[in-house]
Amino acid sequence: MQFEPEIQSSTQKTVGEELIKLAGKYKNFSVFNANTATEFSLANFGKEFNERYFDFGNAISAMIGSAAGFAVRGKIPFLFGSANDLIGKNWLAIRNSLCVSQTNVKLIGAYGGMLSGQDGPFNHALEDLSLMRVVPNMKVVCPADSIEAKKALEVMMLDFGPTYLRLFSLPLPNLYSPDHKFVFGKGHIYKSGNDICIFAIGTGVHTALDAAEHLEREGRSVMVVNISSLQPIDDDLIVECAKAVNHVFTVEDHQIIGGLGSAVCEILSAEYPMKVHRIGMDGFSESARVDDLYKKFQLDGVGIAEQVMKQI
Amino acid sequence: MESFIDHLRFLERKAVELRIATLKITTQAGAGSIGGALSVVDLLIAIYYGILPSGAILRTDPEKPGSEEQDYMVFSKGHASGALYAVLADMGFFDPDELKHYQQVNSNFQAFPTKKVPGVSVTFGGAGQGLAAAVGLALSLKKEKVRNNVFCIVGDGEMQTGDFWEAAMLASHYKLDNLKLVVDWNGLQKNGSIRSNLSVDPMSDKFESFGWKTIQVHDGHDYEALLLGLERALEIQRKPSVLIAKTLMGSGVQFAENKSTYHSRVLSEEELNEALPILEIYLESLNQNVHS
Repeated sequence: MQFEPEIQSSTQKTVGEELIKLAGKYKNFSVFNANTATEFSLANFGKEFNERYFDFGNAISAMIGSAAGFAVRGKIPFLFGSANDLIGKNWLAIRNSLCVSQTNVKLIGAYGGMLSGQDGPFNHALEDLSLMRVVPNMKVVCPADSIEAKKALEVMMLDFGPTYLRLFSLPLPNLYSPDHKFVFGKGHIYKSGNDICIFAIGTGVHTALDAAEHLEREGRSVMVVNISSLQPIDDDLIVECAKAVNHVFTVEDHQIIGGLGSAVCEILSAEYPMKVHRIGMDGFSESARVDDLYKKFQLDGVGIAEQVMKQI
Repeated sequence: MESFIDHLRFLERKAVELRIATLKITTQAGAGSIGGALSVVDLLIAIYYGILPSGAILRTDPEKPGSEEQDYMVFSKGHASGALYAVLADMGFFDPDELKHYQQVNSNFQAFPTKKVPGVSVTFGGAGQGLAAAVGLALSLKKEKVRNNVFCIVGDGEMQTGDFWEAAMLASHYKLDNLKLVVDWNGLQKNGSIRSNLSVDPMSDKFESFGWKTIQVHDGHDYEALLLGLERALEIQRKPSVLIAKTLMGSGVQFAENKSTYHSRVLSEEELNEALPILEIYLESLNQNVHS
């Protein structure tokens, strides 16, 4: 991954800023904020659209319940919070108040994965994808860059039903051009290859591309597939890609249980059984700089390439 | 024993020394929450170092960890760990030099304190969780019929969570008079003022109606007021007690005072170079007063 904050934008900031642009076109959504105005750059939205902006402080459990009530009148609440709090603390309310009844509420999580770095393991969201993916009716999206995040946000404005959008704080280069399309249930082959396929999500797409460079220098041909829509997931594409290569890997800034790795295993075990190597976290993280964490847990390009070489 | 006035002077010197230590640790780490660390540091010092006619406020001995004689601290305001670590190191729980690894990879000194840090006895995470942990510990001690106190320091922003009030209800239901809660009431959170985001007022009435005894300290950086308040808290029986201390975020570093922008960041090297000489000169003047 390259760290060049001046010229890039994080998916968090992008989504917050994009809301203002969309507010005129889509008059039906409101913003509920649980102490994350800075993370999402929500201050301007709050000023310009005061009647559509609500602060919840740390009252994050009540925010979920309130959203279910608020949505009764046909307005769409977009709930902003730190991913680990927003998802982890409120799973029952999300399941019962939003998903059982298919309530049109959107959850937007900041700091997906370990990207809050030194804030440490209590704040790192490493089980959120898993927790949301298993709940019926919930859609789960983790865009790979700012362009895809904007596209996903606009799709969510028009879509009906509960959705979890997992975002990250680290400014990373854009992978896509503005004509990129986001569609629920569709993955995207970012880079083709015929020996190794890496299915990746979020920042994992960036690190998988770095790893692919290292591996290709070793003479390996590597395909990288962005699975930004984790639920619904692109079963057909996953099977098609697996058939085209000799080795399949998954990469995610998340536990290897329950997230993208598990989803790919579930699909391939039924449709095209083969060995799948899951790369991600297998335990709790710690409080340190993001680049140190990615290095320690072998989730940077070099670490992923090493893990791949060890398995094949 | 030194006179009460001498004791207050001692605490005031500690306040400056440990502010300097906290600033250095956090700037070196490049991350932390300096605003809250500076609002809470005097509360920590009063509790850890304060001596009353009846004895130490919080009984602890770095030489005898886990001793039956010790009281407990549940530091719910975990993001302000820089101040807690500075205090624990100064008390001798570990070598202050270890704090150069604060928030670095493979270090026990994480952003939120865990039991891996000598002097920390319980691990928990998330706003509003600390009081619940303190309630459990106090309940356990009460059932053992041992007279050890549990001190718990929370930030006012934590009172916006439902968990906090569930724990508050439990504390009075079980008549946990061994639980001494201290609120670092600095009025600010990451995104601005608590009063404008989601007000927790009137704090005192809320606690009283939940069956707590409340004690107000109007200046949470005044050691005389803090010691008297803590003395009263220790006398309360058959009820949990809470000392609500009005504090100033960023206290002691003028350009950071009462600014929520300093909630979730630390001083830059330049800011540190601006703040340190002022504190050092002040410390020197306090030391001279002692010797003259």
